[in-house]
Amino acid sequence: MTKNKKLSYNLNIIKERVIFIKELQYPFDSEYLIKNKRKIKKELLLKPGLINKNIAILGGSTTSEVKNMLEIFLLNYGIKPNFYESEYNKYYEDALFGNEELDEFKPDIIYIHTSNRNILNYPNIKDNEKEIEELLNNEYLRYEKIWEKLDNKFKAVIIQNNFEYPFYRLLGNKDVYDYHGHTNFINRLNEKFYEYARCHSNFFINDLNYLASSYGLDKWANQFYWHMYKYALEVPAIPYLAFNIANIIKSIYGKNKKAFVLDLDNTLWGGVVGDDGANALAIGPEVPSGQVYLEFQEYLKAHKDLGIILNINSKNEYENALAGLNHPAGALKPDDFIIIKANWEPKNRNIKSIAEELNLGADSFVFADDNPAERLIVYNDYPDIGLPLMDTPENFIRNIDHNGYFEMTNFSKEDLKKNELYKDNAKRSQMMASFDDYNEYLKSLKMKAQIKEFIPLYLERICELTNKSNQFNLTTKRYTLKEIEEVASNKEYLTLYGKLEDIFGDNGVISVIIGHIKEKELHLDLWIMSCRVLKRNMEYAMMDTLVKKAKLNNIKEIYGYYYPTLKNKMVKDFYLDLGFNLINDDNGNKIYKLDLDNYQNKNKVIKVEK
Amino acid sequence: MNREEIYERLNRVFRDVFDDDSICLNDNTTSSDIEDWDSLEHINLIVAVEGEFKIKFNMKEVTKMKNVGEMVDIIESRINS
Repeated sequence: MTKNKKLSYNLNIIKERVIFIKELQYPFDSEYLIKNKRKIKKELLLKPGLINKNIAILGGSTTSEVKNMLEIFLLNYGIKPNFYESEYNKYYEDALFGNEELDEFKPDIIYIHTSNRNILNYPNIKDNEKEIEELLNNEYLRYEKIWEKLDNKFKAVIIQNNFEYPFYRLLGNKDVYDYHGHTNFINRLNEKFYEYARCHSNFFINDLNYLASSYGLDKWANQFYWHMYKYALEVPAIPYLAFNIANIIKSIYGKNKKAFVLDLDNTLWGGVVGDDGANALAIGPEVPSGQVYLEFQEYLKAHKDLGIILNINSKNEYENALAGLNHPAGALKPDDFIIIKANWEPKNRNIKSIAEELNLGADSFVFADDNPAERLIVYNDYPDIGLPLMDTPENFIRNIDHNGYFEMTNFSKEDLKKNELYKDNAKRSQMMASFDDYNEYLKSLKMKAQIKEFIPLYLERICELTNKSNQFNLTTKRYTLKEIEEVASNKEYLTLYGKLEDIFGDNGVISVIIGHIKEKELHLDLWIMSCRVLKRNMEYAMMDTLVKKAKLNNIKEIYGYYYPTLKNKMVKDFYLDLGFNLINDDNGNKIYKLDLDNYQNKNKVIKVEK
Repeated sequence: MNREEIYERLNRVFRDVFDDDSICLNDNTTSSDIEDWDSLEHINLIVAVEGEFKIKFNMKEVTKMKNVGEMVDIIESRINS
């Protein structure tokens, strides 16, 4: 290849990438996506490390383009879907009576795409309150019946649309509060759906009603598409719908973003602190340009409570950055951030070191920077990082929010504490720096662990860990809560969770092992550990306990499995380190074996609760 | 915009939608001439054409359209009115 050709080839790649940033994040160009979906799909199929999932779409209206768009958005998240698509408007029959094809398909996810077109009986103006109540219950029970049926049969995750508002109101404004109004009926029906969702951890609502309002109900309900093709929404709205479903699914499979990395000048405030001085910055309630940044800061700060961690990546002198963050009218203070990089390093390099310091993958960051050139530099190194369009401050919140980076499918008590945990880790790093000998440092932490078989109290957290851990994860097997409950109660399985505490704080449950017993063998289906406790010898303590419990079960040999992914290289030799022998290597998928006879305990620094 | 220019742009839209660079449209082209052009893909095609020419077809027009020539007739009348 000549030099010129090579250059233009590289430029093309960059151009392609810019297109991808633009096209598969909110706001999208729907027409472009619909027109170019075949080309986009081909490109995305080249992504390394795609995981396969079976997704059944049970539709109450046409679903063809919903499927096509969902495929693109899921591929972009690294999930390769195989689809089952019900015949037109056969969601109810498929769910209730089943069919061979669906049964064999074994869905991981079932998406029920219904809309207000599927409501069979609305109240009549002559009905009394009691009759309407009964109508409501009957309408609801049809759905509850199919959810229960699907749940019993497939143990799959169910994603169910709520109902969007009707596009006309027979009773005018009264439609929303009179029992006879369709709008009122839809609201009450939706509330019943939500009640079910609150009690079922594997059931999620796809908020069609919000999407339709956000998109514009009159456009969403464009009747051309219903009467021509039986689409319950206009085709250009389908990318928004598909994106929303993809966000729920990626969140279930642990692909949420975890942290913000934020620029400062013209991102967190108006103006340049190094040039203008902190006092001259636009931030605070007095003027419109200050209000918009204040509201953005408050929006970011609210994420902290949800366990999303905040960091800074800014081209600034450190002192100036702090002066800006200490502005009395700002909502965010230096203490709200875990890592502050204010220097003159290239931003991609700062991202790299923030990722290393937090023990997180850079692709779990959302990088918010008003400068598109900086975004491109970061994008070239980290194509899967979140890069919201930061065009003008009045759009910042919407552009971030509508991207669904932090979709809360499995919000847990752990998330509430996450900021403290990262703060504690920062203190540990400082302490580590004061020791020459790493073992001495570990001892000084006075670590205490609890390592036991699964108990109900922790099942939710255990399930969360199985879906969020990517790096210290030997098999990357994901579990639903239901599956965890089954494993916990089944005698053929040996399970362990590990909790770790030290002088700086309690890390909570941070490691999980699941193995199944085959006579005198134990096969390890899963071994994961949270990256917050790397290099603390917790894996040794887990191993010691595992061996002890295995012996109690008369087990002679333990088999370990390693399946490589893009992210779990750090544990590729894990079983060798523990003294296992490699017995099979199938294209990198490895099987190891350990005889328990001469096992010697490995942990010397953690006190394990008896 | 004359008919020739409309055809040039329309051809590009068809090639994108069906991801097929061999497509060459004329007045008599119909869905039976293009492999992937079924009724479900038709709606996506309509959306793409609407986007390209910044026009909207109504139901009657879409139902009656028999071939590409008639589609071009409608586009021509819209953008030149």
